[in-house]
Amino acid sequence: MAAAGLGPARPLLARRPGALRALLGLARGLAAGPQTHFGFQNVSEEERREKIYQVFENVAEKYDVMNDSMTLGIHRVWKDILVHKMNPSPGTLLVDVAGGTGDIAFRFINYVRSVRERQLQQKLKRHQNLSWQEISKSYEEEKVKPLGDSQVVVCDINKEMLKVGKQRAQHLGYSEGLSWVLGNAEELPFDDDKFDVYTIAFGIRNVTRIDLALQEAYRVLKPGGRFLCLEFSQVSNPLLSRLYDLYSFQVIPVLGEIIAGDWKSYQYLVESIRRFPPQEELKEMIEDAGFFKVDYQNLSSGIVAIHSGFKL
Amino acid sequence: MLRRAAAVLGVPLLRATPGGPGRAGLSRGRPREEEDEEEEEEVMMEAEGGFPLYPGHIPTSPLQKALLAAGSALAALRDPYRHDMVAVLGETTGCLALPSLRDKMRHHPEGYRILQERPRIRLSTLDMERLRGLPDGTLGREYVRFLEDNKVSPDTRMPAKFVDDEELAYVIQRYREVHDLMHTLLGMPTNMLGEVVVKWFEAVQTGLPMCILGAAFGPVRLNARKLQVLATELVPWAIRSGRNASCILNVYYEQRWEQSVESLREEIGILPPPAVRV
Repeated sequence: MAAAGLGPARPLLARRPGALRALLGLARGLAAGPQTHFGFQNVSEEERREKIYQVFENVAEKYDVMNDSMTLGIHRVWKDILVHKMNPSPGTLLVDVAGGTGDIAFRFINYVRSVRERQLQQKLKRHQNLSWQEISKSYEEEKVKPLGDSQVVVCDINKEMLKVGKQRAQHLGYSEGLSWVLGNAEELPFDDDKFDVYTIAFGIRNVTRIDLALQEAYRVLKPGGRFLCLEFSQVSNPLLSRLYDLYSFQVIPVLGEIIAGDWKSYQYLVESIRRFPPQEELKEMIEDAGFFKVDYQNLSSGIVAIHSGFKL
Repeated sequence: MLRRAAAVLGVPLLRATPGGPGRAGLSRGRPREEEDEEEEEEVMMEAEGGFPLYPGHIPTSPLQKALLAAGSALAALRDPYRHDMVAVLGETTGCLALPSLRDKMRHHPEGYRILQERPRIRLSTLDMERLRGLPDGTLGREYVRFLEDNKVSPDTRMPAKFVDDEELAYVIQRYREVHDLMHTLLGMPTNMLGEVVVKWFEAVQTGLPMCILGAAFGPVRLNARKLQVLATELVPWAIRSGRNASCILNVYYEQRWEQSVESLREEIGILPPPAVRV
């Protein structure tokens, strides 16, 4: 019988001597393109894109359950705040990039729907002396255009995430004003000057070339359009930061293993949060892409931040 | 120095320097400097609490192990079909039982050989055709019959992830792979009742907390009739056999396919199973 057991005890990631490491690093760099990070590992850009694709392919089914467990449901509040900040009016055209399972898109639709309802109610109230025909016509209007021509395009690079998103939409009863597009944030499949609002919620951290994604965001927005980014950021309060680190590194991978059977993807998640640029740096990057009036709002003491900018 | 202390405590200590995480260069895809690589490895070591010791090893801090043990116990209770949770529970709670099992193996000639040669029971290493061709009543034939009747495969065993010693990881892996052979030797099918009986036997044999918990909590999902059979006939037999038998990990099963099940039972010390339908 083949005795292919576990090999002799040898640490797989032993520290190599400096010179050899430098040589290997150079060889790797030449072979595989510019180096970047995957969590706390060093990888090439292409490798990083593949690894991230696999992470989200693995977690797609349990994505929403995990979000609720890890943030104790608080992620819903963060996303609500984002859409309230956006304050979309009926007729807005939104592209939600890395929108995966549709959280932002569904909130957008709900918001616009309620704004529209209120609009129609106000209109009715103002004209107290309407004839029956006019009243029934306004009901028709409400039925035909419940969203008032608003539309949201959910764009994601990962097929599994889009699949889960579509299933959720069907389950929750969202159909109108919603479309699903497979696309890469670094190279969007849309024309210039198309959208009123561009959002990317908990997605930009997973983009390999953030500068390219920001340039694309600028390109596809109409003049006057708004860029909104919701992402994990740096906590300034030192005590909270320690607790947050402890929770992130000790509890979250354990939750990943228990709930999703996948430790490594959630280890990647917490590492990638640490590697992401802090608030001010991201603000500068957004300004570099050409946006004006760039500002950010910290949520939960900086665990999460919303960055906003305008294309003028 | 603080880093060493943190590593000993098993708690990650991340530097809170502004220049540390999230360098602009990384996000913009610039090639990394050597100095960055060095910091990378250090941070990784601190964050994970150690280096991986074998393929698939995930080093964990004591706190993480405790959380994993509690979480996997709850998950396995809620859904007994989550074998991965049972596996994790076994790994995180086995810190006392596994070394004693390993020592039992070391002090026995056949067990010692197993530890040296590290055989693995997998479909790729088993010659299924040959085993099927063996006469009825031999270990090989009955094992294959068990696999086919219950529609299980030896390849679905989870590899060890959270055991922090490479040899102990093999011991628990061997225990998992030998589990199906236990079913064969005890004559128990893979339904809930059969699994509980095997767990009782294994609990007495190995002392693994996961087996003890499984033996204690497994029966909650059984109806009254099955519980009665379990309590009056099967469990006493399983405990007696477990006590009487020599260590089941000290048998090189791969070299005994031709041996008859009855003679192997006698050799190990497993008492004949009671005549009940499980």
